[in-house]
Amino acid sequence: MMTDFPILSLMTYLPLVGAILIFAMGGQKSGHDVGADTRAKFVAMITSLLVFGLSLVMMVDFNPHTADFQFVEKKVWFESVGISYHMGVDGISVFFVLLSAFLTPICLLASWFSVHTRVREYMIAFLLLETFMIGTFCALDAVLFYVFFEAVLIPMFIIIGVWGGARRIYSAFKFFLYTLLGSVLMLVALLTMIIQAGTADIPTLMATEFSSQMQLWLFLAFFASFAVKMPMWPVHTWLPDAHVEAPTAGSVILAGVLLKMGGYGFLRFSLPMLPEASEFFAPMIFVLSVVAIIYASLVALAQQDMKKMIAYSSVAHMGFVTLGIFTFNMQGIQGAVFQMISHGVISAALFLAIGVVYDRLHTRDLNRYGNLSKNMPLYAVVFVILMLGSVGLPATSGFVGEFLSLLGAFKVNHVIATFAATGVVLGAAYMLLLTRKLVFGPKINDDAAQMTDLSLREKIYFLPFIILVLWLGVAPAYVLDRIAPSIEQLMSHMNSKVHVRMDVGYGQPNVGGAESPQALQSPQALQAPQVPNTLNELSEPDVSPEMSSGLPKEGQAQENGAEPVGRGQDKAQDRAQGNNSRAAQTHSGPQRTHMDHKK
Amino acid sequence: MMLDYMAVFAPLIAFLLAGLLGKKLGDGFSQIVTCAGVLLAAFVSVKLFFSVVLGMSPITLPVMNWISSGDFNVSWTLRMDQLAVVMMCVVNIVSACVHIYSVGYMYHDEAKSRFMAYLSLFTFAMLMLVTSDNLLQLFFGWEGVGLASYLLIGFWYHKPSAGAASMKAFIVNRVGDLGLTLGIMAAFVIFGTVQFQAIFDAAATKADANFSFFGYEVHALTLLCLLLFVGAVGKSAQLGLHTWLPDAMEGPTPVSALIHAATMVTAGVFLVARFSPVFEYAPDALMVVCVFGAVTAFVAATIGMTQFDIKRIIAYSTMSQLGYMFFALGVSAYSAAMFHLVTHAFFKALLFLGAGSVIHAMSDEQDIRKMGGIWKLIPLTYLMMWVGSLALAGIPLFAGYYSKDLILESAWGSGTAVGHFAYWMGIAAAIMTAFYSWRLIILTFHGKPRADHHTMDHVHESPPVMLVPLIVLTIGAIFSGALLYGGFAGVPHEEKLHAVSAEKEMAEEVISATEDQMEHAAHTEVKTDEDVDPLTDKGAFFGETIFVRAEHDAVAMAHSVPSWVKNLPTIMGVAGIALAFLAYSLMPSIPARTVKIFKPLHQLFFRKWYFDEIYDVLLVKPTQALGRALWVGGDKAIIDGLGPDGISKLARVIGLGFSKIQNGFVYNYAFIMIFGLIALLTWVFYTTIGFQ
Repeated sequence: MMTDFPILSLMTYLPLVGAILIFAMGGQKSGHDVGADTRAKFVAMITSLLVFGLSLVMMVDFNPHTADFQFVEKKVWFESVGISYHMGVDGISVFFVLLSAFLTPICLLASWFSVHTRVREYMIAFLLLETFMIGTFCALDAVLFYVFFEAVLIPMFIIIGVWGGARRIYSAFKFFLYTLLGSVLMLVALLTMIIQAGTADIPTLMATEFSSQMQLWLFLAFFASFAVKMPMWPVHTWLPDAHVEAPTAGSVILAGVLLKMGGYGFLRFSLPMLPEASEFFAPMIFVLSVVAIIYASLVALAQQDMKKMIAYSSVAHMGFVTLGIFTFNMQGIQGAVFQMISHGVISAALFLAIGVVYDRLHTRDLNRYGNLSKNMPLYAVVFVILMLGSVGLPATSGFVGEFLSLLGAFKVNHVIATFAATGVVLGAAYMLLLTRKLVFGPKINDDAAQMTDLSLREKIYFLPFIILVLWLGVAPAYVLDRIAPSIEQLMSHMNSKVHVRMDVGYGQPNVGGAESPQALQSPQALQAPQVPNTLNELSEPDVSPEMSSGLPKEGQAQENGAEPVGRGQDKAQDRAQGNNSRAAQTHSGPQRTHMDHKK
Repeated sequence: MMLDYMAVFAPLIAFLLAGLLGKKLGDGFSQIVTCAGVLLAAFVSVKLFFSVVLGMSPITLPVMNWISSGDFNVSWTLRMDQLAVVMMCVVNIVSACVHIYSVGYMYHDEAKSRFMAYLSLFTFAMLMLVTSDNLLQLFFGWEGVGLASYLLIGFWYHKPSAGAASMKAFIVNRVGDLGLTLGIMAAFVIFGTVQFQAIFDAAATKADANFSFFGYEVHALTLLCLLLFVGAVGKSAQLGLHTWLPDAMEGPTPVSALIHAATMVTAGVFLVARFSPVFEYAPDALMVVCVFGAVTAFVAATIGMTQFDIKRIIAYSTMSQLGYMFFALGVSAYSAAMFHLVTHAFFKALLFLGAGSVIHAMSDEQDIRKMGGIWKLIPLTYLMMWVGSLALAGIPLFAGYYSKDLILESAWGSGTAVGHFAYWMGIAAAIMTAFYSWRLIILTFHGKPRADHHTMDHVHESPPVMLVPLIVLTIGAIFSGALLYGGFAGVPHEEKLHAVSAEKEMAEEVISATEDQMEHAAHTEVKTDEDVDPLTDKGAFFGETIFVRAEHDAVAMAHSVPSWVKNLPTIMGVAGIALAFLAYSLMPSIPARTVKIFKPLHQLFFRKWYFDEIYDVLLVKPTQALGRALWVGGDKAIIDGLGPDGISKLARVIGLGFSKIQNGFVYNYAFIMIFGLIALLTWVFYTTIGFQ
């Protein structure tokens, strides 16, 4: 492994170089300069393919047995405030880098003939987008991350605003309003954290302890940004509009990569840096996730616009991601990451598939299609496989992510998991409706019946998706094994942080103060929706000796206290037990079940 | 060893070959390769039957790792024990018959390759289901057969009714799958694994465990079993989630025979039988299974009496027979249920393929009111329909007689209230079964022709490629009962008989009753019987794969029930046949008059107890309405109205100039970002300088 070879920077800035090259090559400003356009296309394609090649090299060199950041590059910028140029990937981010590098050339190929205006600018926008996307997932410095994270939106705005559909201005404006709110708050949070810690270095920030009170506010600020990005209910309404108006390739990147930035943010910032606040807000996030899953599925069922339907299905699928992340157990988080990767493949491919028929008939109205199996049999096969992935049929990638995150949720809270699982039924309903109206059903429209089957170019870009959907479904070990160490570390890191605090704050009864997590009892904090958490309800004092080993006896004596303060201690203790048990599970400990053995 | 894998993977290979190359190499290639694949699988299954079931040596074949996440580990593994191999034989033999039959049946269809490929895909998924070694792989097979069913019901996708039926089947099944998914997760939380053997080994230790579900403390294993049973209700079309099965008849008839009669719909029965070691510790769950089965058997039979579509009548009969299997499971007579599953697979597939032969002959007519008078034109089909119906009605010597009687005797023999309830429901269903079977035969084959002469001119016997599979199934429908009775019903050995008789004081009767059956039993089975733990001793076929607690042993009790209990089902069968002849052959005015007298009741049966209508009003319509309401009211009016749209309106009101923002939004955003960066950098420089 070439440790000092700056592969991440190379992948990040190569597209930027390509973009500058296209810009420098120039061309006539007015009218169609076909020669320059073609040159631009090829430069963009070659650049993105080079990046994809580099990403494969990175995957080969990636060490699956360590949770440490790999391919690390670090140059100090502003030493006194701790801002540095710090890049690196771990098991969580590496696949998002790969996904970005994989989707960009496919997007370029998909828009090869469908973009006619301002081709050079289009190519430049996509290359810039790639730079920012990869940068976001590689950045290990909070300031650097912020720059990339926010910069991603600029080319995306331009892509929607310039090459989008009729209502593109409205959509982009909506996108803008939502994101603005989130990013301003995140900026404030980041600044606060950097001031507090004296550094912007992400690994150092992870190790930094923030007071409980502060964590709550910081969490909410980050949440504002990540929730919009996910998007979580109720800040999701920008997504359907953005998808509908974006050109096909824009939708592909939006669904494939941009929606993952929220989940990635939760895993990179919220969980490791603000573990107590994460646990505190988990019930609220569970509720929002379940609402997102059911609500978005129901709304998807009512759509006639194909892109809107897939957009709402994305909201539902992202609900499984947030649900999984905040279970804080292996299956939940691993399932969430896998679900993000899987969704990145499946929904990207579904938008491409809709693009195929849109290119031919120029309508997204579901009722104008039908019977495509007849004249587009190959397309029908591709679409049905993608549909199956989307509804989470076993042996497709969609199943693994959905099932693991549900399983993680079920371990923590049966009620939430049961409600979330109803999304599986509703998901089947709208996807089958879409399939039936699009590829099956009687012949409705003569124009639709005239459409030709997939061209060679289209076959080329669908093939990898089909292979990925099935491969990740049948043998997901390649991905799961590489994610696992980083998540294990994240979990034990979270546990140790809450643990230490607990020994200080909870170990002795009646110790309060701002530094103590009893601040969680503050009035505004209590207003957050409380969901019965089985971990809390079911933890028995005598579950097993090692589970309560870290707890002083006095704490247990407080267990049955009926006063609010006593309750808070109970909860903290239960949480601690949960953490202990989780830690025990990670290290081959016995499975802890929510059982009550009467024997 | 390699060959054993082929029992499962040959159909997959055939599916891939036919699916990928079918278009290039032609329909003939697809037909040959798929039939060859399934025949190979059938051959290996029979070989496995001898080594695994008769030789009592189950095998486990590892394939590869599937999902491992923390302490959740699942691999692809083929568990070929007695229960699995019995199922494999049924699946592969019926599937082979249906594959060959389809070559003839689909002769005029354009998409033969696609059809054959789907059939093989189904067979593979079903085999994965029955050979699974853990719940997740079972779920793969479960969903796989659902997918194949969906694709095949909607095979003629240009028909709107077929499209609707396929969607309905998938979605209704998904409701059941929801239960199964939760069951898998509950199993993992309770047992810490989803691997069968580990669960079964630990089941007894969890017998007293509780589980907090929705705030209630419930018995853990009862909850687990009920969740699994929800899945079974969906897949096996038991009351409540049965509405998809009659509609599924939109698919081509071979599909109905294979998927919706012989194999897939019995997956629920298999699941419960597979989980007998757990169900045995959840008596409440067993009770629920029993009641569901009994009521389904009855309700489906009432509907079957009133329908006119030849395939739908048989579909309701399938549902009713599945009800028999479930109430057998509910009284712990697992081997009796499996026995009926096997015989039913043969005679019901025969009935469906026979019906297909009729439909084929009648130029795709399915309404029995437009048939009649064709028995002389298609005598072989007619004969086979008789055999199938005799077996279904439980007439002595035919397969159904042995299995159905064993079920009813077990239900009575269990001695419980629900068991007796199930017995009477089963008796009522038995007379109706015989009645609608002969109503079908008489209306279809006898009387004056009611079809137009065009159709009648074309009535012809099916080609040999369709008749040969029918003959194979006919043999099965006649002999499988007598042949397999010993293995499934179990031949209790001496000590056990005494133990049982001590309780029941009927020892002498039992021995004399079972001695006759002893002769039927294969020698191997009798021999091995001695080695089996009396606790788990059951049909010697299943060895330890089916577990019954001694106090539940309904099948053993079945041998000692009063003689009227034994004879009543047969009497009912004969009575039903007689009644059908009376009503439809001798005095044809009876049906119309009966319908007039019992108008509300007939309407209830004819409209299928209004399940579809009720679901439409209670579930389908509200869901659609809710979706629209959330979209228009929630997303557009509330969220957007209070959010971005509201703010932009506000901006306009204040006079910021919306148009300016519109044109400059990118710049605005860039500006704000740059502003943020400037603020950041200012602070950075400030602190930098400050530190200097």
